[in-house]
Amino acid sequence: MNSTSVRRIALPGIAALVLGLSLSACGAGNESSSDDSSSGGGSLSGTLNGAGSSAQQAAQAAWTADFQKANSGVTINYNPIGSGGGVTQFNSGGVDFAGSDKALDASAGEIDAANKRCGADAIEVPDYISPIAIVFNVPGVKSLNLDPDTAAKMFAGKITKWNDPEIKGENPGAKLPDLAIAPVHRSDPSGTTNNFTDYLSKAAKDVWTWPAAEDWPIKSGEGASGTSGMVDAVTKGKGALAYIDNSQVGNLSVASIKVGSKYVAPSADGASKALSVSKPQTGRPASDIAIDIDRTTTADGAYPIALTSYLIACPTYSGDKADLVKQYLSYVVSTEGQQSAATAAGSAPLPDNLQQQAAQLIDGITKS
Amino acid sequence: MTDIPLEVRSPKRRLGDLTFGATARGAGLLILLALAGVAVFLTLKGLPALGAKSADLDAHANFAAYVWPLVYGTLISAALALLVATPLAIGVALVVSHYAPRRMATALGYLIDLLAAVPSVVYGLWGIGFLSPKLVPIYEWLADHVGWIPLFKGPASTTGRTILTASIVLAIMILPIVTAISREVFLQTPRLQQEAALALGATRWETIRLAVFPYARSGIVSAVMLGLGRAMGETMAVAMVLSASGIVSVNLISSTNPSTIAANIALKFPESSGLSVNALILSGLVLFVITFVVNFAARAIVSRREVSR
Repeated sequence: MNSTSVRRIALPGIAALVLGLSLSACGAGNESSSDDSSSGGGSLSGTLNGAGSSAQQAAQAAWTADFQKANSGVTINYNPIGSGGGVTQFNSGGVDFAGSDKALDASAGEIDAANKRCGADAIEVPDYISPIAIVFNVPGVKSLNLDPDTAAKMFAGKITKWNDPEIKGENPGAKLPDLAIAPVHRSDPSGTTNNFTDYLSKAAKDVWTWPAAEDWPIKSGEGASGTSGMVDAVTKGKGALAYIDNSQVGNLSVASIKVGSKYVAPSADGASKALSVSKPQTGRPASDIAIDIDRTTTADGAYPIALTSYLIACPTYSGDKADLVKQYLSYVVSTEGQQSAATAAGSAPLPDNLQQQAAQLIDGITKS
Repeated sequence: MTDIPLEVRSPKRRLGDLTFGATARGAGLLILLALAGVAVFLTLKGLPALGAKSADLDAHANFAAYVWPLVYGTLISAALALLVATPLAIGVALVVSHYAPRRMATALGYLIDLLAAVPSVVYGLWGIGFLSPKLVPIYEWLADHVGWIPLFKGPASTTGRTILTASIVLAIMILPIVTAISREVFLQTPRLQQEAALALGATRWETIRLAVFPYARSGIVSAVMLGLGRAMGETMAVAMVLSASGIVSVNLISSTNPSTIAANIALKFPESSGLSVNALILSGLVLFVITFVVNFAARAIVSRREVSR
C-alpha cells in the first residue's frame, strides 16, 4: 500500500470518527450557578451549596424555598447529582453539605474522608424518610395483600402468573386473571432499589438470596430509568409489578404488605413508625446516626419498606458559614421543615427520638 | 478579486497567505490534539478499573465480563439501526436527487434535514411514549406466530421497550445524516455518464445502477459510517427507550435486553463512586476504540475495492 492510499484511508477515517464522536457527544452540564446578589430582610446572608441524593430533590426544594423566604439574603443551591456524587463532592470540599440515600460507608473509606475534610468527626443525620410502595397493573384489581415471601417470589420470577394459588390464597376476594407477571426494576442504580432489596433480603431471606444493592441483582425483567420511567412502565404494561416512591403512586394500584399478622398499606406514618422502632448502627462516631431499618418488625402499623436519606455536614465551618449551615439544617430537621417536606414530597416526618438527636447534633455546629 | 494580474508571482509569501495557512494548520492540529486528549483521559482514568472487584463492576468477575454484554448491545443495536436506515436513506436520497420533481425534492430534502435538528431526548420521549406501545401488538404477534425463530422468542415485552424498538428509534435518528450525504453524492454524479447510459437504452433504474451507484459508493459508505458513529454513541434516546438488564441475548422482543455502552454510562454515572466510575470511563474507551476500528475497517474496504477496479 503506498502512502497516498494510506492517506486516503486514514484522513477521511479520522474525519469521520471525529464527526461521529462529536455527534454522539452528550453534554451533561448541570452545574448550579451560585448567585448571591439578593440582599435585605432576615438576619442571615450568604450562599450555601449542597449536592447529592436526587430522592431528596423535592424536599430540598421546599426547604430551600421556605428558608430563603424567611431569610431573603440567603441563597441555597442543592444540586441533585446523585448520592455518590454528593458524597464525593462533600469529601473533596466542593459543597457545604451533602444529601445521601445511604449512610457513609466505613469500609469504602467514606467516613475517614469526610472526617478528614471536616478536620473532626463529620455530622450525619437522617433528614428524609420516604415509604416505598409496591405497585402493579392488573385490570380490575385495585389492591392486593402480599406477604414478604410472595412479593419476593413475584419479583424473582418464581411466581409467574397473577392467578397463582399463592397470591389467590392471600386475596380470596380478588378477581385475578391468567396474566403473566412482568416485574419492573430500576435500570439506574438507586437508593430505592437498595432499600427495597434490603427489605426483600431480610424479610424474605429464604426466597431472596441476593444482598441489598443499588443495582437490581437479577438479570431479567423489565428495566426502567428513574421513578418516572417506572411509573410509565407500570402504567403501560399489563401485568407489570414495580416498587416506587410512595409519593409518586398516583392512580396506580398499591399492594399491602404483611407485617406481623396484619397487612399494612404504605403510608408516611407507617414508615415513621418503622423508623422509630429501628436501631442505629453501632461502631460509628457519636456524631453519625445511621439507621438500619428493622425490616422484620412486627410493630403494629409499621411499614418497613422505606428509604432513609441523610444529611452530611461538618461540625465546624469558617466565618459566617457556620451559622448559615446550622440554621438551615436545623430548619430541615425541625417539625415545620419535616412537615413542609411531607406536603411537598410526600415524605414521612422523622420520628421524635431521631428528630431530637439530629437537632442536637446540628445545634453543635460552631465557627472554627 | 477579478483584476489580479496573472504574471505577478512574487516569491515572497503574503501576510494573508501566511495567516490563513497557519490558522488552517492550527485547526487541523487542534482536532488531533482534542482526539489525543480524549484518548489519554479515557486511558488514564479507565485503567484503574482493570483491577476492580466485582462489587464495583455490577457483580461481574472482571472488567471483560462487565463490558462484553455492553459491547454486544452496542453493536447489535447499531447494526439493526443501520439495517433499517440504510436502504431507507438511499431510497429517500434517490427520490430527492433523481425521481422527484425539483420543487418537491427541495421540500423533501428540507424536511429530512429538519429530522436531524430534533434533539435526541425528544426522540427518546417519542420512542417511550408513542412508538413502544404501538409496537406491543406486533411483538405479541411475532412471539405467537414466529416464536420458533430465536430472534422473536417470547414472552413479548408488555411495554414494547425492547432493543428492536430502540434500534428503530436509532434508525430514524441516523436517517437524516445518511440521507443528506447520499443525496449530495448522488447529485455529484457526472451528468454526461448518466446521459450516456440513458442514450444506450438503459432505464432509469439501470442508469442509477450503472452510473450513479458505482460513482457514489465511497460516499454512501462515508454516510453509513457517520450514521453508525451516531448510532453507537447515541445515549439519551437509548437510555430512555431501552429496558436494559445487561445480559447477552439474541431475543429482540423481550423485556430483558442488553444495554449499550453509552446508555449504561448515562444511567450509572450519577450514582457511581470510586472504581465503578473508572469502570464506566474504561467502557467509554472501549466504545472509542470500537468506533475507530469500525470506521477504519470500512475505509480500508472501500479504498481497496477502488484500487482493484
